[in-house]
Amino acid sequence: MSATAFAGVPELTRLITRRERIRLPIWCYAILASVGGTAYSFKTLYATPESRRQFADGIGRNPALAVLYGKPFDLTTIGGLTVWRMGVFGATLLAVMSIITVNRHTRAEEEAGRFELVGAGAAGRHAPLIAVLRLVLGTQFALGAVIGVVLVALGEPVSGSFLLGLSVAAGGWVFAGVAAITVQLTDFGRSAAGLAFAVLGAAYLVRAIGDGSGANGPTWFTWLSPLGWSEQTQPYAGDRWWVLALLAAGTAALIAAAFRIAARRDLGSGVFPARPGPASGGRLLGSVGALSFRMQRGNLLGWAIGLLIGGAVLGSIADSIGELLGSSARVQQLFERMGGQSGIENAYLASAMNIIGLVVACYAVQTAARMRTEETSGRLEPLLSTATGRLRWAASHLVYPLLGSALLPVIAGAGAGFAHGGRSGDLGTQLAQLIGAGLIQVTAVWVVVGLTVLAFGFAPGATAFVGWSAVGFCILLQELGPILRLSHWITDISPFSQVPRAPGVAVSAEPLLLMTALGAALLVTGLIGFRRRDIG
Amino acid sequence: MENIIEVVGLRKRFGRTVALDGLDLAVRPGEVHGFLGPNGSGKSTTLRVLLGLLRADGGEAVLLGGDPWRDAVALHRRLAYVPGDVTLWPSLSGGETIDLLGRLRGGLDAARRDELMARFELDPKKKGRAYSKGNRQKVALIAAFASDADLLLLDEPTSGLDPLMEEVFRQCVAEERDRGRSVLLSSHILAEVEALCDRVTIIRRGKTAESGTLTELRHLTRTSVEAELATAPPPGILETLPGIAALEVRDRKVRCEVGTDHLATLISALSACGVAALTSRPPTLEELFLRHYQDDLASAGSAGSAGSAR
Repeated sequence: MSATAFAGVPELTRLITRRERIRLPIWCYAILASVGGTAYSFKTLYATPESRRQFADGIGRNPALAVLYGKPFDLTTIGGLTVWRMGVFGATLLAVMSIITVNRHTRAEEEAGRFELVGAGAAGRHAPLIAVLRLVLGTQFALGAVIGVVLVALGEPVSGSFLLGLSVAAGGWVFAGVAAITVQLTDFGRSAAGLAFAVLGAAYLVRAIGDGSGANGPTWFTWLSPLGWSEQTQPYAGDRWWVLALLAAGTAALIAAAFRIAARRDLGSGVFPARPGPASGGRLLGSVGALSFRMQRGNLLGWAIGLLIGGAVLGSIADSIGELLGSSARVQQLFERMGGQSGIENAYLASAMNIIGLVVACYAVQTAARMRTEETSGRLEPLLSTATGRLRWAASHLVYPLLGSALLPVIAGAGAGFAHGGRSGDLGTQLAQLIGAGLIQVTAVWVVVGLTVLAFGFAPGATAFVGWSAVGFCILLQELGPILRLSHWITDISPFSQVPRAPGVAVSAEPLLLMTALGAALLVTGLIGFRRRDIG
Repeated sequence: MENIIEVVGLRKRFGRTVALDGLDLAVRPGEVHGFLGPNGSGKSTTLRVLLGLLRADGGEAVLLGGDPWRDAVALHRRLAYVPGDVTLWPSLSGGETIDLLGRLRGGLDAARRDELMARFELDPKKKGRAYSKGNRQKVALIAAFASDADLLLLDEPTSGLDPLMEEVFRQCVAEERDRGRSVLLSSHILAEVEALCDRVTIIRRGKTAESGTLTELRHLTRTSVEAELATAPPPGILETLPGIAALEVRDRKVRCEVGTDHLATLISALSACGVAALTSRPPTLEELFLRHYQDDLASAGSAGSAGSAR
C-alpha cells in the first residue's frame, strides 16, 4: 500500500471519533461495568474458597451454562469465575460493537453518498476503512487494558487479568476484520451488516457445539470459532498467551484480505454487483403491505434461518448435557435434585429458549425502529401523500415486530424440538413442548415492541434509543441478576423474567395475558400519538 | 367553482421557529400556480400542511373542498405530490416504484407511464439506490404525471434535472393544464415560473408578500425605458411627469424608469420631441422577486431564523 493511501486518515479518524463520542464510551462503559461488576460481586458474595466451591458445584456445574456462556476452567478463584461468566459474553458484545461501527463508517457512508465528499478531497480511497479500524481496534485494546487494570486493582493476578481483558478485546478485533471484508462485498449497508452478523452467529454456535460436546464429541469445534479462541486463552487457568497471538494474527489476516478486496472494486459498488430489477411493478406490488413485505422479507428470512440453526444446535446439545456433569457424589445429589436427566435437560432448554426470546427481541426492535428510519429518510412522506392512512402504513410495518416475532421463536423451538426429539426418540412431545416454550417468549417481546412504538408516537427521535435500551436492559438483568444476587424486585422488571420457564413447568396463562395486555396498551397509546403528531 | 386550494392566515411553528406566519394562498381550478420564495421561506411547510403531514397551529386551509388533516386519505386519491428531495426504496426498481405509487393513489395510466418514461429517458430497471438525484426526481415526476389526479403539488421538482429534461417537464406541465388539472408549483427558478404559471404567490418569511397574475404584479413595479430623441427634451418637462424615477438625460438620450401605470404619459411626452429609437423593458420576475427580498438580504444576518424548509 502506498503512502498516499494514508492521506486524510488523521482527519477522518478525528471525524469518526467525534461522531462516535457518545456511542463508543457507552459500549466501553457497559462492558467494563459488566466485567468489573461481575468480579467485584463474586469477590464480595463468594469471599471464601469454600463458598466458591459450593457455587462451582451448584450453578457453575450447570452444563447448560457451559454451552451458552463458555466452558469454565477454574471456578475456585474470583478471576476464574469472572472469565467463565464474562469472557465469551464480553467478546461477543465487542464483536457486535465492531460490526456496527465499521459498517456505519464505511459502507453506510458510501451508500449515503457522503464518502464522495471525502473521496473528492485529499483522502486515500481506503482512508475511511483505515480510520475506522484504527479507532475501533485502538479503543478495544485500551478497553482490554483498562479491564486488566480494574481486575488487578480487585486483587487478581496480573497476567491473567490482562489476558482476560485482551481476550475480550480480541473478540472485537476479529469481527472488525470480518466486517471490513463484508462491507466490500455488497453495495448495501444493511446486507453487509447482516452478513457479518451471520458470521458472528455461526462463530457462537460452533463454539457452543464444541463446548457442549462430551469427551467423545467434537470438542475441536471450539477451535473453529474465534469466540472459542477467545475462551481458550484460559486466563487465570494456565494463561495461554499464544492463543491471543493467534487471535491477533487472524485479525491481521482478515484486514489484509479486506484491503486486497477493496483495491479491486469501484467506489460505491460491491464485489457482488447490483442486479437490475423489473421494469414494472408486478401485480402483487400494489399496497403498503406488499411494499413492507418486499423490504422485510430478506431480513425475516435471514433471522428465520439463523434461529432455525440456532435452535437446532442448542437442541442437539440437550441430551449430552447430563454427561458433562461428571459423576461425583455431590453432583449426583444435585442431579437428583434437579429432577434427574429430564429435569436437567428441561432446565437447560428453558434457559436456551429464554436466550432465544432475547434474540427475537433484537429482531423486534430492529423492525419496529425501521418505521422511524423510513420516516426520517423521506420515504414515508410520498406514501402518506397517496391514499394511505397513517395507521394502515404503521400496521404494514408492525406486522413484523408483532407477528414475525411470534414466528421466529416457533421456528427456533421447532429446530430445537427436531434436533432434541430426533435424538431422544420422543419427537412429537419435544416438538410440541419446545414450540410452545418458544411461542410464549413473544409476550415479553411485545412489551418491548410496545415501548418502542410508544416512543415512536410521542418522542420519535428516541425510538431506536428506547427500543435498544429496553433490550439491553433486559439482557443485562438476565445475565447479571443472578450473579449480583439482585433482589427479585429488580430482576422482575424484565418482562423476560415473567415468562414461565418452560419446558418442564406448568405454563400459567396469567403472566402471558398480563404482558400481552401491557404490550397492547403501550402500542395503542403510541399509535394514537403517531396519528396526532407531525411527520418528519 | 370554488378554489382548489384556499389558505387563509395559516400559522405553523416548530418550537421557537416560526415557519408560517399568517400565509394566504388561493389556487383556482385549472391554473398553474407558481409558489415563489427563497430557501426557508416556508414553501415546503405549506405543502406539508396541505398534505396533512403537519398539523397547522392556526388559520384555515381547504384543499379540494376538504380539510387536509381530517380528510387526508380521501383527498389524496385526487392529488399527486412530488417532494423536493426524492428518496426511493433502495431495493425497488424505478418502474416498480412508479407503479406502486400509482396504485396506492388509486391507479395509473399504463400507456401514459410508458410514454413518460420514454420522454424522460428513464431506465426503469435500475434499483432505487443506483439512481442519481435527477433520475430519482424523474421517477417521482413520472409517477405524478401518469396518475389520474385533479391536482399536482410539485415542490421544487426540477432541481437536479438537466436543461433537456427541464424542457420535457415544462411540456408535461402545459399538457396537464390543457387537460384541466390544477398545479401548485413551488420553485425558486424564476424562468420556469415565468414560462409556466398563470398566477404566482410570492412568500417571504412565512407570509404572503404578493399574489396575482404576472401582469398584475408588473403593474406594481416600474418599467425601464431608454429613448433616443430627435431633439433634446426641454428641461423641467420630464422631471415633473408622474411616476418617474432614475431619470438621466444626456443631450438627446433619455434613460429612466416609470411606474407601469404611467407608461402612456411618458411615451406621449417623449414623442412630442420626436422618437428616433425606443426600448422599453417590463420588469422581469427576477426584478420583482429581488425587490421583495432586497430588505431581507440587508437584514439577512438577524433574520436567519425565518424558518427552515421543513
